[in-house]
Parts: sequence; structure tokens; C-alpha cells
Amino acid sequence: MAGKGGRPGPPSGATTLVILATLIAAFSLVPLGYVAFMTLTTGWDTVMELVFRPRVGELLLNTILLVVVTLPLCLVLGVGGAWLVERTDLRGHRWWALALAAPLAIPAFVNSYAWASTIPSLAGLGAGTLIATLSYFPLIYIPVAATLGRLDPAIEQSAASLGLGPWAVFFRVVLPQLRIAMAGGSLLVALHLLSEYGAFAMIRFDTFTTAIMIQFQSTFNGAAGNMLASVLVLLCLLLLVSEAKIRGNARYSRVGSGAQGLAIRMRLGRHEIGAQSLLVAVLVLSVCVPLYSVVRWLIAGGIAIWDPTEFFPALAQTMGYGLTGALVTCVVAFPMAFLAVRHANWFSKLLELSNYITSSMPGIVVGLAFVTVAIRLVPGIYQSAYVLLAAYVLLFLPRALVNLRAGLSQAPRELEEAARSLGRSPAVAFFRVTLRLCAPAAAGGAALVFLAIVNELTATLLLAPNGTRTLATAFWAKSSEIDYAGAAPYALLMILISIPMTYVLFQQSKKAAGQ
Amino acid sequence: MTIRKNVLTGLALLATAALSLTACSSDAPSTDASDAGEITVYNAQHESLAKEWVDAFTAETGIKVTVRNGSDTEMSNQIIQEGDASPADVFLTENSPAMTQVENAGLFADIDEATVEQVPADFRPSTNKWIGIAARSTVFVYDAKKIDEDQLPQSMLDLEKPEWKGKWAASPTGADFQAIVAALLELKGEEATAQWLAGMKENVTAYKGNSTAMKAVNAGEIDAALIYHYYYYGDQAKTGENSKNVTPYYFKNEDPGAFVSVSGGGVLASSKHAEQAQEFLKFVTGKKGQEILKTGTSFEYAVGSDVASNEKLVPLKELQAPSIDPAKLDSAKVAELMTKAGLL
Repeated sequence: MAGKGGRPGPPSGATTLVILATLIAAFSLVPLGYVAFMTLTTGWDTVMELVFRPRVGELLLNTILLVVVTLPLCLVLGVGGAWLVERTDLRGHRWWALALAAPLAIPAFVNSYAWASTIPSLAGLGAGTLIATLSYFPLIYIPVAATLGRLDPAIEQSAASLGLGPWAVFFRVVLPQLRIAMAGGSLLVALHLLSEYGAFAMIRFDTFTTAIMIQFQSTFNGAAGNMLASVLVLLCLLLLVSEAKIRGNARYSRVGSGAQGLAIRMRLGRHEIGAQSLLVAVLVLSVCVPLYSVVRWLIAGGIAIWDPTEFFPALAQTMGYGLTGALVTCVVAFPMAFLAVRHANWFSKLLELSNYITSSMPGIVVGLAFVTVAIRLVPGIYQSAYVLLAAYVLLFLPRALVNLRAGLSQAPRELEEAARSLGRSPAVAFFRVTLRLCAPAAAGGAALVFLAIVNELTATLLLAPNGTRTLATAFWAKSSEIDYAGAAPYALLMILISIPMTYVLFQQSKKAAGQ
Repeated sequence: MTIRKNVLTGLALLATAALSLTACSSDAPSTDASDAGEITVYNAQHESLAKEWVDAFTAETGIKVTVRNGSDTEMSNQIIQEGDASPADVFLTENSPAMTQVENAGLFADIDEATVEQVPADFRPSTNKWIGIAARSTVFVYDAKKIDEDQLPQSMLDLEKPEWKGKWAASPTGADFQAIVAALLELKGEEATAQWLAGMKENVTAYKGNSTAMKAVNAGEIDAALIYHYYYYGDQAKTGENSKNVTPYYFKNEDPGAFVSVSGGGVLASSKHAEQAQEFLKFVTGKKGQEILKTGTSFEYAVGSDVASNEKLVPLKELQAPSIDPAKLDSAKVAELMTKAGLL
């Protein structure tokens, strides 16, 4: 409304917001632009030579196999776990509901370190699959469990009354309704698989991301590394498109009036023991093994590994970047979220699409793009904290966006207008009504961004200012020199910081599924 | 509900306060420079060794040192891209090729004469644009239970032969190994090197890092590994946990596999703290700096100020290393050949 000049002095300042949001969207396309520019300027012959070589074939095979093997495993664990927790009379299902989200609190590269230092011969595709599955299945479990808890049981009851058995009901009625959650979760898992560096480097499993890092360490931003980045970006875009295709346009929301019935929990009976032992096994492998390993190294290292001159600066810098990054990301996400909720049109959709694309860019590509752009175009901020913060904002903007959008949609414009009709100035009304109402959502989004920054490794390695050490890079430096004991305090701290954030994520998924 | 919201808002505010503090302190390192000055070192040497040098240097001179860690050719390429705007004052490497690359780009200042005089000619380029700060030797570590002494390869070149398929490990992605390939390239030429790399691609099991490769030999995962000497001695000096089943073997005989790699240090021509930067290299190649190599945990060879190396090491003179001018090592060509061979 305000943007169309209906009333003077709108607090929303839609035009300003449009400009801001456009700038941010343009900025968010820097990595994509970098890869495209590099590919175009490298010269066709060189591109062909660097892309169509056996090594790229190996990496492609490795990366595809990893996705093809890991994704179904994550789906089975995620959907199976969600079903047990939400739809059966599993004993302690409330406790299990949280426990199955717990592996998210252990960063994948810490998980890999724990496994590799316990079983040194762990390497290759099998090891990569094991660690990736254990680290990422909650990304499917959480949305699926949230959706499962919200499904209208009436449809299942109708299906059952029409003669379908419990299994048929699950596969023909329940599973299709989980399609959106499963597709979204799978996309997240696949993108993580493509962009993960530390976890796979530790167990000598080569993917595009590890190969780009190797090229970076040998040539900085050389042509071979850039071309690998192009292929990687192409793979990511391919994933985005296929997720959109799978998701389709179907709606599964309940439109009837009245309260929704409670889902019926299936009796497990004699299968209870089997189900419990499966869940225990998953929990042991994904949480207990890494914790045991970290504690073992902590004990082996003793007091000597807690060097306060290294430990506290790393902690302080990580907290500084995490908090600043979380705040800046939320502020930057606000114009977009606002436009999407209050002025939804083709333009705001376009903005969101640009963000969506950026969110699929691996940290290594963002790092490469920023380091090059900063050196060549804006040397003034090269190697400053601003560049690293900008990379964090770009990488994790969608996490804040999703939350802010949900929060804003719960703060109806009418409330703000009511405040103004009661004599508040537009700015005051905006700050005291709208902003306040979406504060919890913003805090949730900020928490997620914070968590992501604490565990970010690749972009941080490339962009950190001189002398900067975060928990993640300190951990990485130690474990790369096989100083496993020295790395343990950092591993422990990253886990401890991640625990409350994982809880926030879990809680939010429950709410988000209801909208 | 409202209370919880207020708590969250409060937390957000607290976060803002905390961040502005940390952000300020990390953004402006130059404002609190002490009188003695400060320098930025781009360090590709082992972090622990660089830290020993830096701490001792700061203790003696009061000059504050900021270290950026990375790997040899990553940082040489980075410095070249940064050009005159490079924040680096000093560049330290593990191997010579990266030094040569920066030198060829014309970015190094001349090394102070007093510093040059501290290091014998064998361990510095003829141009004196940079200086040797330490040295490391190639070594073939093997599992004596799996390989008899008379089965050991006579030359590093033998390792491309079919009988060595699946038997040896290396860390081809590291600058260390790439320096060995650079020596091979300089000694035997491009064609022979490309052929050796192709054979290596068939035979080798690639690990990330020399220590990991040695650990694999120790654990019986693989028969042997081509690495640098100090990983073995360093581990022996600690617990021996990763090297107790490992025997070192030197190729000697001026073989490419007997290559001794010179770690270098240089002062950037663009440095705004040239005096302090020169002082740092003088310290590193001086008696105190070199004694850190002798007594510390690095086990790299000392090269300057007549300081003897750690006595546990096989003396440098007995290694019969091929004589190579470090200025001739071509890292860009090596990266290209290894990329072609599918090793990178």
C-alpha cells in the first residue's frame, strides 16, 4: 500500500526497502557472477582442458556416488525415526524426539575427526557415507517429524476405513503428504554433501570441494580450481531444480473447520525391542562415539592442551564473529522478508529466488569469489573482518530469512495501523508493534546463523583477517597436524555451543510446520 | 510469553554490545602498535616452529608479529595477486619453489648483507633476494616387516615401476612433495617427470599430509611412504606412537630422492616496515633463531650461523644430496604437470 503512494510518510518506506533488497540480492549473486566470469574469461580451450579431464571424472563419480548412497540412508533414518517418534507408542517417544535431533550438535568435521582418530584406517566412500549419514540425517528427520505431527489423521482414518492396511496407509497416504518435507530435507543434505570440506578431507575422500581446496592450497585462485568450482556450482543448481520439480505444486494443508484430531499412534507390540535397539544404535554411532572420542583425547591430553593464550582468543573471536554475523544477517534479511510478506509480487519472488540460489553455493566458492573480488576490486577491505562477515551473511542469509518471514506474517499490518490510529507516529508504531512481534522469530533466525558461523570452516580459512583464529580453524590446524589431543578442547567447545542452538532449531521446526 | 520475548530481546541487545566490542578490537590492530613497531608474517612453515621464532623474536626486540598461516604456493600466489598492496612484510616457506615464484614476480627486496653472511651459499639463491632459514631432506620410510633391505628401491625413480603398485604413500597435494617433484623436473626434465608422475598416479596411495602418510606405514596400512625426514624424528622424540614400526631410508647418491629442500624467508619490497622485517630474518638466521632448530621440536636442519643441527639427525653432509640452485625450482610447472597427471 505504502509503496503505491496511498498515504504519506509510510514507516515501511517501501521504495527504500525495494532498493535495499535489490542491492542485497545483487550482492548475493557475487559468487555466481564470479564463477561465470572466470569461466568466460579463462578461454574456451583451457576450460575444456581443465573440465574434461580424468580427475574431474573421478571427482564427479565420487560426489555423485556419495549423494546417491547417503541420501537414501538419510531418508530411511530420518523418515523412519520420525514415524517411530510421532506415530507409534514407542516408549519414551518424547525423549527420543529430541535425541534424534542431537547429532546436529556435533559438527560433521568433528564427527569425522572422532571416527578417524578412533579407527585410523577409515577412508574413502564407505567412510564418507558413514560420517555424512550420521551427521546429516537429522536435517530430514526434523522437518519430517514436524510435518508428521501436524498431518490431519482424518485422511488416514478414511483410507483405513476403505480397507487399506497400516503399511498401505503409510506408503499411499502418509508418505505422499511428507513429500515437501522430504524434498526440502533431502536438498539440504545434498547441498551439505557437496559443500562439506573438513569431514571428507579428514578421511581422504575426494569430492569437488576438497579438490578445490587442494587447488587453492597449491595455486591460490588458479584456473583449475576455478573450473572445478564452476562444475560444483552447476551441480548445486541442478539439485535446486530437481528439488523444485519433486516438490511440485500440490497443497497438503487442511482446509476444513474445527479442531484437528490427534494422530493415532500405532502399537509396536513385539517390535518395540527391535525399534528401541535400532534407535539406540543410531544414537550410539552418531552421538556417543564422537563424544567418547573427544573425551578420550581430552583425558590423554591432560591440562597441557588448554593453552589459555591460544584458547581464549579463539573463543572470543568466534563469539565476536558469531554474534556480529548473526545480527548483521538478520538486519540484512529484514527488507527482503518484509517485502515478501507485505508486498508479495513477482519482484519479491525474484529477490527470494536470487537468495535461494546463493544459499546453495558452497563456502569454498563464496570464499574464492570474495578473496578474488576483494583483491582486485576493493583492496581497501581486503583481509578485513568485513569481507568475512559479508561472506557469512551471504552464506547464511536464508536461515534468517525463513524465520523472519514467518515472524512478520504473524504481525499483521492491521495492528500497526491500529497503533497509528491511536496517535503513535509511524516509526513508533512500526518499532513498538511490528518489530516487537517478530523479535522472537528474529532471535531464532539469529541463533541459527550464529551456530552456522561457529562451525564454518572453508570460507573462514580463505577469508579470515591476519592473525584471526576461530574455534573451527584452530581445531582444523591442530587435527591436520594429527595433534588429536590438542584439537579436543576446540571440538568440545564447538559441541557445547551447538547444543542450545540445536534445541532452538528443533523447537522452531514444530512451530514452522503449523504455518 | 511476554517475559520470554523480553528475555530474547535482551539477549539480542547483549549480543550487539558484545559484538561491537570484539569487532572493534579485531578491526583495528594497527592503532595499538608499540614503539618497537610491528610486522605481518605470511607463514607457510609449521605453525609450531614459526611460533617459537616469533615468540623469541618479540621477547628480544619488542616488535609485535602478526602471523597468517597457509601453505607455500597458496601464499606465494596470494602475494603475487596482492602485489604492492600486500599486507605481508615477511614471507616464510617450507620449500624453495614458492620463494622463487615471488622472486620472479619481482616482489622481494634485497636481503640485508649482514643476514646473507650468516648463511652459507649452499642454502640461499645466488640472487640474495631471499634466504635459507632451515632445510629438510627427502626420506623413504618403510615397514621393515614388509620390505627387506635388499628390496628397497635404488632410486626414487623406481617407484613408478609396476612392482611398486599400491605399495607406497605420499602427500601429493602438499608443497613438500611438490618441491621434490620440482627437483625431479630440474634434474631430469619435463618428459621424464611427466612419465614418472603418470606411473606414480597408478602406484601411489595419496594421504593428506606427510605425518598421516607415515602414520599409515606405522599402522601397517601401506608398505612405505616418501616424506621429509623430520616427521620421523619429531615423532620418535615424542612418543614414537606413529613411527615405532617405521624405518627411515635415504636414497643418497645425488638421486632426485635425495633432494634437500631449503626453507626460505624473504622481505617484501612493498613492506612498510622493512627495517623490522629485515631484523626478523636476521634473527631467524642468526644464532638464537637457528638454535631453536637444534634444540626445539621441529627437527629441521639448521643452515645458518654455524649452528649444528640436532644430533639425532643424520648429518646433512652425509646425505649426498643433488646440487640444485633453489632459484630454478618451478612450482607453476609442477602444479600443471601434477594436475595433468590427475594428482591434483
